[in-house]
Amino acid sequence: MADVKGASYRERERSITIDTAGDEPIIGTDVATGADLEPEHELMTINLGPHHPATHGVLRLLTTIEGETVTDIKPIIGYVHTGIEKSCEDQQYWKAITFVERMDYLSYYFNAAAFCMAVETLLEEEVPTRAQYLRVIHMELNRIASHLFWIATAALDIGAVTMLWWGCRDRDMVLDLFEMSSGQRLHTRYFQVGGVFEDIPPGFERKTREFIEAMPARLDQYSALLDRNEIWLRRNKGTGIVPVEQLLELGVTGPLLRAAGNPWDLRKAMPYSCYEDFDFRIPVGTVGDNYDRYRVRLAEVRESLKIVEQALDGLPEGPWITSNRKVALPPRHELATSMEALIHHFKLVTEGFRVPPGEAYVPIESPRGELGAHVVSDGGTRPFRAHFRDPSFTNLQATSVMSEGGMVADVIVAIASIDPVMGGVDR
Amino acid sequence: MKRQKLDSMKVRGARAQQMLRGDLEGEDLEAYVEERVLLTKFHDAQNWARKNAMWPLGFGLACCAIEMITVIGSPRNDLSRFGAEVIRFTPRQADMLIISGRVSVKMAPVIRRLYDQMLEPKWVISMGACASSAGMFNNYALVAGCDKFLPVDVYVPGCPPRPEALMYGIIKLQEKVSGDEGLGWRERYQAEGTEEVA
Repeated sequence: MADVKGASYRERERSITIDTAGDEPIIGTDVATGADLEPEHELMTINLGPHHPATHGVLRLLTTIEGETVTDIKPIIGYVHTGIEKSCEDQQYWKAITFVERMDYLSYYFNAAAFCMAVETLLEEEVPTRAQYLRVIHMELNRIASHLFWIATAALDIGAVTMLWWGCRDRDMVLDLFEMSSGQRLHTRYFQVGGVFEDIPPGFERKTREFIEAMPARLDQYSALLDRNEIWLRRNKGTGIVPVEQLLELGVTGPLLRAAGNPWDLRKAMPYSCYEDFDFRIPVGTVGDNYDRYRVRLAEVRESLKIVEQALDGLPEGPWITSNRKVALPPRHELATSMEALIHHFKLVTEGFRVPPGEAYVPIESPRGELGAHVVSDGGTRPFRAHFRDPSFTNLQATSVMSEGGMVADVIVAIASIDPVMGGVDR
Repeated sequence: MKRQKLDSMKVRGARAQQMLRGDLEGEDLEAYVEERVLLTKFHDAQNWARKNAMWPLGFGLACCAIEMITVIGSPRNDLSRFGAEVIRFTPRQADMLIISGRVSVKMAPVIRRLYDQMLEPKWVISMGACASSAGMFNNYALVAGCDKFLPVDVYVPGCPPRPEALMYGIIKLQEKVSGDEGLGWRERYQAEGTEEVA
């Protein structure tokens, strides 16, 4: 038998690979004994993607199957490679925020937060407490939106179409809040270096509280639909189990790791952005199968609602962006009266601000795991290098471990449970 | 056998005459028919049917795909009002390709193949700034506009466009379909004979 796993994918992608195991026929009757030969030597290599409804974007899986059993799976990525990291090198720091938001397009607030916090670390800039709280509110709302979209599409893959309508319906409520505070549904560019772009508008708090009140009942509806659904249980229970040690070896973080029983959450492990002020729990699973991952994500939505409520209750008064005019734009009304403000405004808009040389790595807990921004500065107004440790990219490595040895149908569930966002994987 | 068939046809003809005759005669009957029968060209009827049953290909690329799914999946924007909610995941059954997101150099041939696999008549909506012109990403990785490798019918601006914008684009496409006599872009642009074998 040829070494199938060792061969390059270019060789194996030639649609069908038949291993003849010497000169014997693959399927048929053994001439000597008259017994049927088992067709176990027949391997078939198929492409799943890049256009496949269940790959959540343009992921391509080179799958080798033996009958219905998956023997080898290799994810091939790069189909939405956008060169965002390279583009960031051409942009001033405050303009690069717009670019990094478009990486992981379901958790844009997190991308912006990681980048801004890395730049703030280099600048040694203090962020006002109100801005920290506003960031927490928006990040947690974004986490809810991301998980809702996950449950909508992951359930759709298994055939629970109702979840698509319900998930999208409730996600729209979060997007309405984003639209209220920033004017955009996606890619809001609300976070600035040194704080947030603008204070929340009047009515935002009331609308958010309405959402917090309405959401638990909706989550109960999801549970009622899925928790004891025969198909959902059969597809999810006991599939895609990876031991926690192996997950750590692969660098997998986020709900996948927590579902396996390791309570690693950066919000608790190394609190940033005032997360130490809030009282919340980290949901963990026991077995680490796909069902646990679903339960962990659903429980995380409940915890996020608690955080948003606490942040609204304890929202301090004060500025929402740093008063350092070298970093943040002066308020609009000052431009008419203050020459200095006009100069600062002009300098910031045309040239941007200079960041002292050095490098900073800031990890935060995105809906998919550890999202880290590594920013290197050479003292100029543009980043010398901006690199992101995207959780989708790292978690995608677990695909083969989850699916190999299982059935083809389990691959779909495994991919859905990883929740990869290809924009974040390819960047 | 032949005799029987002839008889049944006679019966059917007589029935039809009776149905039309009813209580009306002469000019009254003609006015009655004119009121109820709509005369149109075959093309127009065909296009009317086509525009109201435009099945999109289930295909997403990046951020815009999320808004596209919102258009399809959110109860707020019910796409079935426009007869376009039947998502087909195989290009052979799809009429409309929505290019939702940035088109990388690696992805462009794949999209072209998907487009080639779709049956005529087929329509393309380029959704968002990236698909239309590479948008803000002016770099090595992206194809600056999907119209570089396939014909586009409607461009929807935005980064990403709001769901309402995409719906407006679909309505514009429907208007285009019902207003034009041609079957697809080849007839519209007088590009007969450019068919490629996929």
